[in-house]
Amino acid sequence: MTEENKKHDSGLLGWLLFVVGFAGALFVGWVVFPQLLYTTEYQPINYNHQIHQEEAGLSCEDCHYFREDGTYAGKPMLSACVECHGEVQGETEDEERLVSEFVEPEKEIPWVSYTRQPDNVFFSHVAHVKMAEMACSVCHRDVENEIKAPPVKINRLTGYPIEIMKMHVCEDCHARENVSNSCDTCHH
Amino acid sequence: MSGNKANGIRYGMVIDVDKCTGCMACSVACQQENNVSFREDETNKLRSITWLEVYSLDNGKSYPEHRQAYLPRPCLHCDTPPYPPCTFVCPVNATQRDEETGLVNHIPVRCIGCRYCISACSYHARYFNWWDPKWPKPMEEMLTPDVSTRMRGVVEKCTMCVHRLQLAKEKAFIEGRRELHEGEYVPACVEACPAKAMTFGNLFDSHSEVAKLAKSPHAFRLLERLGTEPKVYYLSTQDWIRKLSDNVI
Repeated sequence: MTEENKKHDSGLLGWLLFVVGFAGALFVGWVVFPQLLYTTEYQPINYNHQIHQEEAGLSCEDCHYFREDGTYAGKPMLSACVECHGEVQGETEDEERLVSEFVEPEKEIPWVSYTRQPDNVFFSHVAHVKMAEMACSVCHRDVENEIKAPPVKINRLTGYPIEIMKMHVCEDCHARENVSNSCDTCHH
Repeated sequence: MSGNKANGIRYGMVIDVDKCTGCMACSVACQQENNVSFREDETNKLRSITWLEVYSLDNGKSYPEHRQAYLPRPCLHCDTPPYPPCTFVCPVNATQRDEETGLVNHIPVRCIGCRYCISACSYHARYFNWWDPKWPKPMEEMLTPDVSTRMRGVVEKCTMCVHRLQLAKEKAFIEGRRELHEGEYVPACVEACPAKAMTFGNLFDSHSEVAKLAKSPHAFRLLERLGTEPKVYYLSTQDWIRKLSDNVI
């Protein structure tokens, strides 16, 4: 009897060890490693997209506009903020900090980019937004009802944000839409 | 020629050697426009990088028969069917010809620096980065933002300022056009030439200045008998220059 029981016990223990080890490995791979690989950076001040649209009546193009030569302005400069926020007009702490830390010393706000691409990648916004009529939210997060800007996860090794678009996504779409996939379309 | 021949685009250049004064403005403009770095000592021409080299030609005779000429040489963006010699040999697909424009591109980050393309090129138009690029203090802030810098260990060459093509396209797009007008996209060298010796445009557009000049009886190309079909044409009324162009060593 004892012989058979012993065999049975060691089998059970083996399974138990395997399950614990497997779960542990998954935990390390799925939770611990990503935590170690990415740092979390927060925006210097919180920008509330919703309040600017609903209460100030701003449209997207007031800040994110195309210049006359077709280049894209991207994130607005401090001068766009100063137009309204020369002095504190609301009650939020972020606005107070905007005025005291950036507007008064005339310092640009160091926004953290969610989609920063490497130096040799050139993306034409006008080709995609105007000619291909793609919505901003195809590539960027939808900010229409956003109250709090989310933190940015940045890869410690590469220095690029986690949401960065990979080249195969560009290539797939270009191939589907019969647009040139030549290297110099994006790299020069 | 390969690619879409019927209504396609083949960007090309015509350089009038008789008009060229050898002032090197094209070469300097190229160097600045394309963020080509330089070293304190540039005397070793096997190590220096000049996307647009200006060659000095002479007819080898003494005065009064002596004649002198200058020949600017960008990458000739060969239209060799089916591939230009340089892209044909690349083991990693770092250089290709864009069949929509005819421009031969080179992507330094993909390049492994084997330099096979350098030896395949019949015109010495490709250069190797023997060192990391470096600029003296204020010049690092004067780099062209639309051209990425290269690193040590990769090949680079003239791109016909393809970033200017992209910028010209952006301007056309904002105005709702898909086609570019003639002269909207011009490389830095052509723009800089004070003697107006260089003309750039679509060789397939029969109304373009460049196509008309390329059909001139005085037009010739470098080492034409190799069959590389360069898209850079030269003009000269002088026989000794035309003879030198096909002077296979």
